[in-house]
Amino acid sequence: MPVQSADQTQLFSGHGTGTLRLVVFLAIAAALMASDARFGLLGTARHYGAELTRPVYWLASAPKRLGQATVDYAEDRATLLNENRSLREQILLSEAKVARFDTLVSENESLRTLLDARQRLGLKAQLVEIIDIDLDPFRQRLVVNRGTNAGISAGQAVLDGRGLIGQIVDASEHSATVILLTDPGHAVPVRVERTGLRSIAYGTGAADRLLLSHVPFSANLQPGDRLLSSGLGGRFPAGLPVAVITDVKGDRSATFAVAEAKPVAGIEQVKQLLVLEEELSAISADSVESAPDFVGPPQGLAFPPAQSP
Amino acid sequence: MSKSRVSGWALVLLVLAAILLTLAPVPEVLRALRPFWMALVVVYACLEWPDEFGLGTAFLLGLISDLMSGVVFGEHAFRLVVVAFIMLRFRSRIRFFPMWQQTAAVFALLLNDRIVTWMLRTFTGEFAIDWRYWLAPFVGALLWPWFFLLVSDLTQRRRSKAS
Repeated sequence: MPVQSADQTQLFSGHGTGTLRLVVFLAIAAALMASDARFGLLGTARHYGAELTRPVYWLASAPKRLGQATVDYAEDRATLLNENRSLREQILLSEAKVARFDTLVSENESLRTLLDARQRLGLKAQLVEIIDIDLDPFRQRLVVNRGTNAGISAGQAVLDGRGLIGQIVDASEHSATVILLTDPGHAVPVRVERTGLRSIAYGTGAADRLLLSHVPFSANLQPGDRLLSSGLGGRFPAGLPVAVITDVKGDRSATFAVAEAKPVAGIEQVKQLLVLEEELSAISADSVESAPDFVGPPQGLAFPPAQSP
Repeated sequence: MSKSRVSGWALVLLVLAAILLTLAPVPEVLRALRPFWMALVVVYACLEWPDEFGLGTAFLLGLISDLMSGVVFGEHAFRLVVVAFIMLRFRSRIRFFPMWQQTAAVFALLLNDRIVTWMLRTFTGEFAIDWRYWLAPFVGALLWPWFFLLVSDLTQRRRSKAS
């Protein structure tokens, strides 16, 4: 039967596409997928290939940039002046705040030395910009414009002004891919700010939903509870705002509760992100061990007061 | 000779356009509606240039797509090889279909591709889909007649100028 149908195509189109060739190509593709996904064998190929993708990414995002530039150019002078004034006001306000923070930080440090606690480094972070291209809408990934040449490597934590966004999953020379907290393949160790309960927040694939499963009912989780990164696992520094609980239900067995949470970081709104430097993660991991009661937000980063529902 | 050179250039341009259309940012609402452009290119190439285009080329285009969209190597290659194989098998029939039947065939092909992707991603173990996942084949099929007419008009014109 297969022989006959192959003959038929031969007859009609003048060439055949053998099932054997199909099987061979599919096998190669499957082998590639397995070696890439499971064993990470193709990291170098991906690394060099990324150089090829850079001009294409630039070209693909060109129309939007052009449109944005036109809009910016056409904006009214009055609007600009207005914006300028309000920005200046904001700078003054922020400067005042920063001055206050500085005193707080120095006070904090002196208190810490008094307590003989381990010295914590401040947040050392690098500003990166999101490259405006759409990868698959059903995967929660982003591409940013800095790579290994700016010291970025896989595993670094990524945040915005409000809280944790995800981590670097793959870095090439001039760009890096960020896996978001909400990716179904991602999980982040968290701690409930109010009760101190430790849990793990899993991504769901939906941009505004994280899931905490197998939480004991006795943990008294409530909507509105804020989740901070716990620092366990050594990937993320402790105390970064992660999400706010929106809903708590019993699971199917009615033994554990399942909680839904909404990430605090505004992934859809931001253009710039911060990538934390590597050493910090390691330090905070053991600082949690040695001083388990320190889980406050790092200097200068806290929940925005008006954001919580 | 000149014919195959023209089709080679046309294929390169089509692939470039498909990559740009795949990556160009669109509003959040439209993102799930984006058709699988590269599959449309492969279908077109299978219909029009069967002598130059085979499973190997489809595989190569798949690797390029993988690189561009940053998914695991081999995923797009697998999908496009499947598309190309089915198209080349049924080419002799689909080529003489009226446009609406051809569109229906393309729709079935794209739907099949969605199922294949679902399967692949379940194996690689990180996937959550909702109903919007199934919208892209409809858009792809709706765009097919226009895509086909536009591209064949352009390549035909090139060819007549070249000869």
